Amino acid sequence: MAAVRDLPPAFDVERLRRDFPVLSRQVNGHPLAYLDNAASAQQPEAVIGAVADYGRSHHANVHRGVHTLSQEATALYEGAREKVRRFVNAASTAEIIFLRGTTEAVNLVAQSHGRPRLKPGDEIVVSWLEHHSNIVPWQLVCEQTGARLRVVPIDRRGVVDFDAYRALLGPRTRIVALAHVSNALGTVLPIRDYVAAARERGITTLVDGAQAVPHLAVDVQAIGCDFYAFSGHKMYGPTGIGILYGREPLLESLPPWQGGGDMILSVSFDRTTYNHLPHRFEAGTPNIGGAVGLGAAIDYLGTIGIDRIAAHERKLLEYATRELAGIPGLAFIGTAPEKSSLVSFTIEGLHPHDLGTVLDSQGVAVRTGHHCAMPVMDFFGVPATTRASFGLYNTRAEIDALREAVLYAIRMLR
Amino acid sequence: MELADLYRDVIVDHNRRPRNFGRLAAATHSAEGNNPLCGDKLHVFVEMKDDVIRDIRFEGSGCAISTASASMMSEAVKGKSRAEATALFASVHGMLTRHDAATDPGLGKLAALAGVREFPMRVKCASLCWHTLNAALAGAAAPVSTE
Repeated sequence: MAAVRDLPPAFDVERLRRDFPVLSRQVNGHPLAYLDNAASAQQPEAVIGAVADYGRSHHANVHRGVHTLSQEATALYEGAREKVRRFVNAASTAEIIFLRGTTEAVNLVAQSHGRPRLKPGDEIVVSWLEHHSNIVPWQLVCEQTGARLRVVPIDRRGVVDFDAYRALLGPRTRIVALAHVSNALGTVLPIRDYVAAARERGITTLVDGAQAVPHLAVDVQAIGCDFYAFSGHKMYGPTGIGILYGREPLLESLPPWQGGGDMILSVSFDRTTYNHLPHRFEAGTPNIGGAVGLGAAIDYLGTIGIDRIAAHERKLLEYATRELAGIPGLAFIGTAPEKSSLVSFTIEGLHPHDLGTVLDSQGVAVRTGHHCAMPVMDFFGVPATTRASFGLYNTRAEIDALREAVLYAIRMLR
Repeated sequence: MELADLYRDVIVDHNRRPRNFGRLAAATHSAEGNNPLCGDKLHVFVEMKDDVIRDIRFEGSGCAISTASASMMSEAVKGKSRAEATALFASVHGMLTRHDAATDPGLGKLAALAGVREFPMRVKCASLCWHTLNAALAGAAAPVSTE
């Protein structure tokens, strides 16, 4: 029976739901159905407790004092870095930089890697699916350097055109920046193929993994990318903490991003020596509690198993797609064969913002709007969509509640 | 916070059958407005004569609150002087944003929008048309935005 004991417990969604205090809340007189996980996922008690325990018992500044609390805080902070390293299978903790989130990570790469190297006429390639945070930082660096942004087209299903991508990679392409998973449509890119095509040509690659890490196992070495960015709060951790993974030789060659304390070895008015990796990119007192919370989220996901979560979410996606498809006037936006667990849709004669308000009155939380991906909305010719995005704690009953609330909104407003 | 206070029958009706919808060939004033958060877009056309709004049309796409508000505004300001329309906007604005304010009896049908103030995220939906009308009357060249 020893083998049985070694197996993790079966995926029991009702048991897991009890780990998330907010899920027992009522909203507007209804049980909360939280279906806005792609915007931000809820935190389990393990994360809330870890952050609180850090604040109650271990807080001090890191890498500075010799006193006990500072050593404890440093150990917790650096311990979280090691958890992140293992989580994405980076070769070294020197490659794991704590930042505010994915947005800051993309900006760091655009400014520290892109800006000093890019020349007028150089090209940066992104896909049509990108979140604004993987568009605007590149537009800024294009304005600063004279480089050009090139965009890989998508088809009506929301699948990125791989042949068009390869055709876009040319002698002037310097950087490829792609979402691993689309936040607006859920499209999953075969990211290894995309990275491999760029690497063959010596092009630097950045992968925006914000929507990938909560749903699928990520191995940065297997992907082969130069940079991989993600945020804590999409993977059941706190807001204000995120990660930039960078290959060590490349990170070593980058100038610092911001100057300040912790990123230096010595400072004089004649000469300042920058700190080693990863601290060189972490100027100022970091979000220590956030890092501790992110570490706790990684531990929590580890106790369940990301593959089990993925299997559960795949069933939810199939169920939601089937149940919503029968609603009159409903059109799915984004029907890629490889999709993460979200449905984005429009309903004829019913504006997403009205729908969002009616759903909220029924306790159903969804995102309505352009999802910070206005080019995607323009491509499909819609001003906005309604997006229900699922996480490890969602249930079929919540999808039923969504369906009932949508039908209620149609009866009321259409 | 009751949903029925937001989507009153008169609002649902104006959303389903917006009045004065379309372009106005004889427009002397027009302006575009948009609400970048929602993607709502609105174009307001006004025919002014002797400082009176003789006719008004609007077109665009938006949520039920934004469409109904524009439709009801178009009915309310038709035949009003510029000063009367401006005063009406002030009353509507007060109703949408101030909890303590008694609703101005002069608002008539527009008072149906009072429930919007209980939904702070939706106040911009109801006020977009009024900002756009203001811009049209002021002869503003650039599109107005609720942001």
